[in-house]
Amino acid sequence: MEFKRQEAPYVAPQASVAGIMRQVLLALAPAAVVHVWFFGPGFIFNLLVATVFCLVGEVAMARVRGRDASVMLADLSALVTAALIAFAVPSLTPWWVTATASLFAIVVAKHLYGGLGFNLFNPAMVGYVVVLVAFPASMNVWVAPRIGDIDYEHLGILQTIVYTLTGSFPDGITVDAISRATPLDSMKTGLTDLRTVAEIRSGPLMGDFGGRGWEWIGNFLGLGGIWLLIRKVIRWQIPAGVMAGIFAPATIMFLAGADTHPSPLFHWFSGASILCAFFIATDPVTAATSPRGRFIFGFGIGFLTWAIRTWGAYADGVAFAVLLMNMAVPLIDRYTRPRIVGHEQQDAGRE
Amino acid sequence: MSAPTFDLGDLHGGLRLPGNKGDSTATPIRRMPVPAQLVLPIAQHTGDPANPVVGIGERVLKGQLLADCEGPLGAPVHASSSGRVVAIEPWPVSRRHGDNAPCIVIETDGEDRPVEPCEDSMEFDLATPETLRTEILRGGIVGLGGAVFPTAQKLTQATTCDLEYLVLNGVECEPYISCDDMLMRERARQVLVGAQILMRATGISQCIVAVESDKPDAIRELGECLGVLDDPRIVIKQVPTIYPSGGEDQLVQLVVNREVPSGGLPTDAGCLVQNVGTAAAVYDWITNNEPLISRVTTITGDGVTQPMNVAARIGTLVADVVAFAGGYTDKAERLIIGGPMTGRSVSTDRVPLVKATNCILALSAIPSVGPELPCIRCGECAAVCPIRLQPQTLFWHACADSEEGLRAHGLTDCIECGCCDLVCPSHIPLTADFRRAKLRIRELADEKARADRARRRFEERNERLERQHRERDAELAEQKAAARNAGATEIAEILKRTREKDGD
Repeated sequence: MEFKRQEAPYVAPQASVAGIMRQVLLALAPAAVVHVWFFGPGFIFNLLVATVFCLVGEVAMARVRGRDASVMLADLSALVTAALIAFAVPSLTPWWVTATASLFAIVVAKHLYGGLGFNLFNPAMVGYVVVLVAFPASMNVWVAPRIGDIDYEHLGILQTIVYTLTGSFPDGITVDAISRATPLDSMKTGLTDLRTVAEIRSGPLMGDFGGRGWEWIGNFLGLGGIWLLIRKVIRWQIPAGVMAGIFAPATIMFLAGADTHPSPLFHWFSGASILCAFFIATDPVTAATSPRGRFIFGFGIGFLTWAIRTWGAYADGVAFAVLLMNMAVPLIDRYTRPRIVGHEQQDAGRE
Repeated sequence: MSAPTFDLGDLHGGLRLPGNKGDSTATPIRRMPVPAQLVLPIAQHTGDPANPVVGIGERVLKGQLLADCEGPLGAPVHASSSGRVVAIEPWPVSRRHGDNAPCIVIETDGEDRPVEPCEDSMEFDLATPETLRTEILRGGIVGLGGAVFPTAQKLTQATTCDLEYLVLNGVECEPYISCDDMLMRERARQVLVGAQILMRATGISQCIVAVESDKPDAIRELGECLGVLDDPRIVIKQVPTIYPSGGEDQLVQLVVNREVPSGGLPTDAGCLVQNVGTAAAVYDWITNNEPLISRVTTITGDGVTQPMNVAARIGTLVADVVAFAGGYTDKAERLIIGGPMTGRSVSTDRVPLVKATNCILALSAIPSVGPELPCIRCGECAAVCPIRLQPQTLFWHACADSEEGLRAHGLTDCIECGCCDLVCPSHIPLTADFRRAKLRIRELADEKARADRARRRFEERNERLERQHRERDAELAEQKAAARNAGATEIAEILKRTREKDGD
């Protein structure tokens, strides 16, 4: 009898890239529902546009690079990029803005760097930063949350579709009637106008920790993230690093002057802090790989996010912080190699 | 008597794998009858192969020496049963490199007649350690845990070190394999007395018998037997069931909380590690005069009709063992000698069972897992690596064929346990890649050594030629000086000599 020869080990692998990506998508789902609940159906159309263009970019680049497109699509990584872009852009975003972000993410940030596993920068964040810089007007239209006592106009499904397709509002509705500064925006402008944190936080859009509605998205993102931790899809070092990196400087400054510096909890629950901690910074390809390195990587992102929010020109700094720390990854990896069993000391940085 | 608990060291990473051992441990060890044909490789151990001392056509008896080794760096091979030597020829074997190896083929006569023991069995506590070590060498005993290092050599080496513990390895951490478990359950006394002999042979005064927590029966049997022996030098330690806790270095880390230095041996951490099966084999030889001619092997997997443990003669063909276990099932597609993590896949069942064979595994086809994808740097491989390597970085350097990078990141420390393969979401065959990279590094080192030798020879030759040249110059200068100072008679003589030379 002839037997098939193989190389050890003879046990099938337990995990798969598609499995990881599927769980990340699942973990994002509850927050997506909450997003639609508070900010209307725009998220759905953005997700649709991002998905279509991410997949188109993936297939086109597979063709150009002479690779099997079905294998690339099957790893589901393009869908995760699309989902993160949908979470990053405002719920009302014209389709060409989302499409630009998606194509830039997949074509330039991912495939021109060698595709999955070889990209240095987080594709979703590259795409987001490109449109943030290229379409500042569109990226500033954030609608107010749909909460009973907040009196703002909301667009219906059809009107949202029209806006997504044309970028123009229905007759009689102006930008000012529906758009509203985000909590981080109002904090920034408020502080510039020399109002105290307490005054700014007393506005109708502010919630317990962050902004109303916003903080609920954060809660559900956090739940999804904790589920990923339990499933061991992600490890604790990066989320903990990001949260600590925001918390440490925010706490020090808050204690030094609570009038001019919002609390660390406000920072945690505003903007993209939680999304970043569990879903963006944890992209394994562009993160550091050693356990210690991952904490440092996360902490750097948290700290830079806080610093950009506090002193920078942008209200939120997550995307820039992630890209900056992506650059530092090779250095971090080099200096945080664990000591190999049986060796005295790791020769840090020696290759 | 329950196993006492101890402070255990920590093992980084590792995997909790489904044991799949229940099928083969349901029944006691079955003794397999002597087969019609025995095939005995002359190299069943790490080191120099033994030299055949029998001729083709010669009749041999059970336990008779077939191949002997010169010096202490080897292990002799004995006839597993009586019969006639019909061939000494290359035969398929399950080895790492190459598919065939020289074997002595015996046609058995079914009488199983033993050789007359040349001396009575000895009282080991009266024998000197040196005598015991020489005897163990003669018994052809090798490490039965898989590395098949000649035991006598290991013991002799151990006497040159400062050793505290004899660690008896009863940690059978790979899935499916249960031969040591069954051996400890059924032959606990042989194992423990074997340990006493090993302690006597090395002068070590403390012995730790390490058994995994998933073998409560073995721990109980050993405990009861230890109560009878009443030897305070021996203790039983239970270690957690984590693969690969049974690797020598990993076990030392677990039971005495010391790391074996890179490139070193457990003896560098004050431990001599021996497999429980080896201890039992030492017992059989020293007290019963039976050399290593049989062993307990697990035959299991979903490709075998009746999984079990068999006590089979060394040299029995795997095909015969499978037939004894009821033959293959329809599912059988892969045949592995050894465990599912580190064993060797073979294409034919005509390979013989050798001293190293702890398991014969017939498995169904591996479920399809999709194509190999690029590494996504998830770092799960690093999380499970018991050596705390960064396989994702090593893989990068292996792809780049960077010898320096591979060395700096500890490729040579890799124990090829296969944990990283199992957790890799991209399904990269990391262990196979690292195995190849190690070979490549060795090749490069050999090449470099050869080049160095050639360069040295060339430089020496140049130096030699130059020296000869210098000496010749000096000689000529001397002659010239002599000629210059010479008188007329001497010049005439020289001229005459030159003319005579020219005239020839």
